[in-house]
Amino acid sequence: MKKIKIKINNQEIECSADKNIYKVAKENGIFIPGLCGHPDFPAKANCRICVVEIKGRKDLTTSCSTKAEDGMEIITDSERVKKARNLNIELIFAEHIEKCPTCVWRVNCALLNFADRYKIEITRFPDRKGSRKIYKFGNSVEIDGTQCIDCRNCIDACSLLQKINYLELKGKGHDQEVVPVKSHRLGGAGKKIDCIYCGQCAVHCPVGSAQEQTHWEMVENALNNKNKIVVAQFAPSIRVSIGEEFNIPYGKTVTGQVISGLRKLGFKHVFDVNFAADITTMVEAQELLERLLSEKNPKSEIRNPKSEMPMFTSCCPAWVKYVEFYHPELIPNLTTSRSPQIHLGGIIKTFWAEKMNINPKNIVVVSVMPCTAKKFESSRKEMKIKGVWPVDYVITTREFAWMLKKNNIDFAKLKSGKPDNPLGEYSGAAAIYGGSGGVMESALRTAQFLACGKSKSKLCEVRLDFKDVRGMAGIKETIVNVAGKNVRVAVVNGIGNIDPILRHLDKYDYIEVMACPGGCIGGGGQPIPTTPETRKKRIEALYRIDKNKKIRKAHENKCAAEALGWLKKQGKLECQVLHTKYKKRS
Amino acid sequence: MNIFNKIKKAKLVGRGGACFSVAVKWEMVKKAAVDKKYVVCNSAEGEPGVKKDGYILEHFPERVVDGMKIAIDFLGAEKAYIYINKDYYKKYGKKLISLIGGAPIELFVKPIDSGYIGGEESSILNAIEGKKVEPRLRPPFPTTNGLFGCPTLVNNVETFHNVSLVASDEYENRRFYTISGDCLHDGVYSFPDSWTIQKILKETRNYPNFPFFVQIGGDASGEVLAVSQLKSQVSGAGSIAVYSIIKHKPTDLIKKWLDFFINESCGQCVPCREGVYRLVEITRSADPDWQLFGDLLDNLSETAFCGLGCAVPVPLKSYIKNVLAKMPENSINLPNGSKKIICECFKSA
Repeated sequence: MKKIKIKINNQEIECSADKNIYKVAKENGIFIPGLCGHPDFPAKANCRICVVEIKGRKDLTTSCSTKAEDGMEIITDSERVKKARNLNIELIFAEHIEKCPTCVWRVNCALLNFADRYKIEITRFPDRKGSRKIYKFGNSVEIDGTQCIDCRNCIDACSLLQKINYLELKGKGHDQEVVPVKSHRLGGAGKKIDCIYCGQCAVHCPVGSAQEQTHWEMVENALNNKNKIVVAQFAPSIRVSIGEEFNIPYGKTVTGQVISGLRKLGFKHVFDVNFAADITTMVEAQELLERLLSEKNPKSEIRNPKSEMPMFTSCCPAWVKYVEFYHPELIPNLTTSRSPQIHLGGIIKTFWAEKMNINPKNIVVVSVMPCTAKKFESSRKEMKIKGVWPVDYVITTREFAWMLKKNNIDFAKLKSGKPDNPLGEYSGAAAIYGGSGGVMESALRTAQFLACGKSKSKLCEVRLDFKDVRGMAGIKETIVNVAGKNVRVAVVNGIGNIDPILRHLDKYDYIEVMACPGGCIGGGGQPIPTTPETRKKRIEALYRIDKNKKIRKAHENKCAAEALGWLKKQGKLECQVLHTKYKKRS
Repeated sequence: MNIFNKIKKAKLVGRGGACFSVAVKWEMVKKAAVDKKYVVCNSAEGEPGVKKDGYILEHFPERVVDGMKIAIDFLGAEKAYIYINKDYYKKYGKKLISLIGGAPIELFVKPIDSGYIGGEESSILNAIEGKKVEPRLRPPFPTTNGLFGCPTLVNNVETFHNVSLVASDEYENRRFYTISGDCLHDGVYSFPDSWTIQKILKETRNYPNFPFFVQIGGDASGEVLAVSQLKSQVSGAGSIAVYSIIKHKPTDLIKKWLDFFINESCGQCVPCREGVYRLVEITRSADPDWQLFGDLLDNLSETAFCGLGCAVPVPLKSYIKNVLAKMPENSINLPNGSKKIICECFKSA
């Protein structure tokens, strides 16, 4: 791209000609406030607080929607700019009822930051949205109309990014309101619409109006209950994202601090979900092989779920909700394997409880997840094992960071801790679960190995890296040899990219779907901002963990094998802990 | 001489209100390096007090359709739309359809409830595309990225009418004027575009013999002028509304304009959605903060998203500056001392 020279506040800057003024300023350390913009979406320029003066132009200009041009002279802090900017910020304040004491977003709040930075009162105008509703989506996500500043990022996330179209604007002018489309209303193409709980609205909301339905209060209560043994388990992707909340550089892995932080908060035991990701891989790879090798009887009227192809991953609960609601005919294609958090919760309350001689009913399992839909997953009735929930509460990365900040825990300075054994060991294959393509790659590593064990042929391919399924492309495809068969695999990176795959299901044998762009590292519960750049850095960090691990295949995790071996001897319990069922929802 | 040069020579300007050069607009669409192009005739006529487009559709629909055909031909446009409000569609739709014949022109009825903003150029494009009816971010402009992303010429009814006249060498630098308000002979008139407001009012025997002021170019967004300012030409969409000073109390007028804008704001941007809400709040307050009132108006002209948002301050500021400021204190139905404060606050207006 052509290089151009511009001036911002008399500072000479060279930049490429394709960038907007807002971005150029940011890259050069010049702060311009903004609320409605997000790198995932085209500029909307509706908050009008990023206005600047451009020499030779009569009007103020929104810097987010104006490309830098050669020779441009821009002023970001003239009296004229300040006056307009501050008034618009004050007007926005009055749209947002402050709920600071319990707001997980408080420490990062852009509104409070602007008030402080520009020394403006947040109460110049009386609040006007006191009677607005709070819309709750399942038990996962909510949009609090009393806090909404009408920037529409949530609608862009739901429509442009995820293509779910569950959110819409009702009314106009000052009466407009973001609302869910009328319950199960017929959509444009004659199809019903429902939320899949992915939380992309929440991770794109600049003011915490769209947010997770919090569990941290309940977790605090549990931690204060002396009769309970409160156990934490944290997801693969947390360790490469939570550092951002504490000014640790993007993509730095902070596994040890996560563990120490959890212990500081009072969790008696801390387990790594990576351990269970290896379990999930084992179960899922096994099932893939069974399906690949089972002969489908084309004449049979009865669908045998164990031979339906292609097989889909099911560790993304938003994707599962999508299938159950939008494509229930594909339920037999979902792997019956439970997800890592549910696997680990189940193993904690059976295998580990027995080992520790604890009544499972006294254990409270808290998951720290990058995800809002995991709240929905953990409360699915079919997850119960002998009447006990495998996971009791799910907090997001943001809720976890909030709990740390609330307790004045200086995360960056925490000493590196170690997880409790034996549920702490993991392979590199588990580490990459947090990124799009990771589950696929892990399953392929193990499936190839398992197939070799079964195959009579000595010609047996076993690979470690499957680079075709990595990266940020919306759809990734490749063909992999497993058990002498060419297995056609696809990875869907973000539910917005699902349609072309659904139209050509016969072209594939195994498909990974992650509802959020980038996979869990871009999940709806992750730190804000989550942008193409942060997703890339987080995912790179995951692959570094994998690369540096001695064990890089799930089946080489001895502790996982031990737990699976124990389960094998427990009769019906094995299936209850490892597998699940799905149901049509509409 | 080809049509483009004729338009250029006639110095045609858009009659939707913005008075943008027709030749420049046509040239931008013509130059856009995309094969598929569209033409849209804006017949929404949503500005209160303006009725000339309806008058033209009633009396000269053949001119409008002819102007559109000329534009289609000149641009090589694939299709054209007459974006028409429901009332006009009922009255003139049949006639227009018969005049269109086999030409690639379709009537598109302005969506119900799309209101004032539904007549704004880029909102029209959203309406035809089935999207939420509200203005689009510019740039890009409709001339390069209009209907379905294609270069699109949007002109007003009167503009196409004038194009047709120019083509047949009958254009005589006239325009249509809508006269309304406190006068006996309201209606739509055609006069040379060089005539002053005063001359038009006198010529139509509408010049009042009582204290009055006028609003020019639209009863919502038009500028308010005092009697001493009537030697200028008519701007905007060519309307003159006559107001009796005695009949129209300042608070009623300010309320009338703001009620209109609060109902018609699309709600997209902060200065309009929130700003107009607060302006209304101030006028309802027992102790109005006129300084803030002025700041909010300034903020609209400085930072509103679209032209209509920027126009909100026009009637209010011009009324205060040109009329209210010159009224005797005892004739204003505002608390004692208000006038002084208001005038102080609007010194710069």
